Amino acid sequence: MTKFGEHWEASFREMVVEAGAKAIADAGIEGRELQAVYGGSMASGRLISQEHIGALIADQMGLAPIPSTRCEAACASGGVAFREGYLSIASGAYDVVAVGGVEKMTDVSAEDVAIALGGAGDQEWELFNGATFPAIYALMARRHMKEYGTTEEQMAACAVKNHANAMHNPYAQYHKAITIEDVMKSGYISEPLKLLDCSPITDGAAAVILCATEKAKKLYPEKAVEVLASSQASDTLALASRQSMTAMNATAVAAQQAFAQAKLAPKDIQLAEVHDCFTIAEIMAIEDLGFFKKGAGGKAAADGETALNAKISVNTSGGLKACGHPVGATGVKQVVEACWQLRGEAKGRQVDDAEHALTQNVGGSGATCVMHIFKRADRK
Amino acid sequence: MRHALPLIWRKSLERYRLIGCSCENCGTDYFPPRKVCPKCRRKGKIAPKQMPTEGKVYSYSLVHAAPSGFEFEAPYHVAIVELANGVRLLTQIVDSDAAKVKIGAPVKMVFRKIFEDDCEGVIAYGYKFKAV
Ligand SMILES: [Zn+2]
Repeated sequence: MTKFGEHWEASFREMVVEAGAKAIADAGIEGRELQAVYGGSMASGRLISQEHIGALIADQMGLAPIPSTRCEAACASGGVAFREGYLSIASGAYDVVAVGGVEKMTDVSAEDVAIALGGAGDQEWELFNGATFPAIYALMARRHMKEYGTTEEQMAACAVKNHANAMHNPYAQYHKAITIEDVMKSGYISEPLKLLDCSPITDGAAAVILCATEKAKKLYPEKAVEVLASSQASDTLALASRQSMTAMNATAVAAQQAFAQAKLAPKDIQLAEVHDCFTIAEIMAIEDLGFFKKGAGGKAAADGETALNAKISVNTSGGLKACGHPVGATGVKQVVEACWQLRGEAKGRQVDDAEHALTQNVGGSGATCVMHIFKRADRK
Repeated sequence: MRHALPLIWRKSLERYRLIGCSCENCGTDYFPPRKVCPKCRRKGKIAPKQMPTEGKVYSYSLVHAAPSGFEFEAPYHVAIVELANGVRLLTQIVDSDAAKVKIGAPVKMVFRKIFEDDCEGVIAYGYKFKAV
């Protein structure tokens, strides 16, 4: 992957090529062995006036004429691209495919970015009426505070922990430790969410190579990470139409399916990359994934139970909050972090004896959730 | 963002008068109206229905960072309002003492300008709610 951040010097295509070339080199394959490409990008049309991203990736990577398909599911675009790549191999159609995610967000004004990201919600019935994307998560946060007594300080603890993790991730956008007080003092964006509860605007790309299991075990007996489960679920675009605003049903449904496929329980997972576009989203995710009881997520975060090598290590990369959130790239970055952790290559932020990792990537305010569970290669 | 006139006009019943729909097969009310009842799908029978114009605040937020078209109103309240029939919608809360915008507070629909594109653009009207 590329470093995440504000890359004024790098264009969309340059980031695609950098991340793609690194993934191919890491896998030790030749580009001509790739049979297909799946690329996640949420809003390239609004952000760089460029559509047709599938073909662009194959073109710039020098991979044409192999098929190359763009996947879009708002902020879950990267995770969905990974799942499409996984399904293409599981179906038997291909043996080796590349999956990428990319977003170039700093070539337009912050106002244009807000309009582009607003497209993840329900334009016609929620954004139209004065809601913003942070406001939609703020409405969930307020309800979570009401139902479970969650506090602004507990939400802040997620941001503090993710910034601490990012200090050890050279690919993260921010290398700056913050305190609860810093978060509490940052200005309100949409009450109760403050600036430091929100993930930033980021440029970046990430890529991985997927290979059929038997072939991978032969080629990379000690390096390949196995995909144990892949699941995806959807929900209403409009927040108001949902039964619950304090749980994401798409996450709960995808989690149930993923744990069943992997024949694992939440207690078997050592680390999770979850979708903390806002701090409240991380609290809801660790509850909906079954790591903590519903309503106990805020306290767990404040008590340090999600810190590196605590009860479960959550967002060792720094999460969306501190590693950065180039929307289409985020879901693939989560997979990259899971792989590094399971290969024991996450220097400075390594989870001890990591055997199973989970990634949870959310589109919009929960209308899409895509999830994967990974297992490290058997060690001799 | 500049809106085409038909985009605003075609939703005037829903936005001006809070016309939703009901599925006559299972009795579920929906706002905004749906073409298909998710509970009954092909067995469903969708008909237009006036939604109640009173309800309670289900959740709320004071928006400080406003989107384009709403800059001059910031900070302003948005809320999820639960109407008397249990249907929820997202709306602005206006003309209300901030102390009255709380979860559970009773509110009623008012008719207001939502936004205007620019001096020659479309003016969008529709529902907002106020504390009672
Ligand atoms: Zn029905």
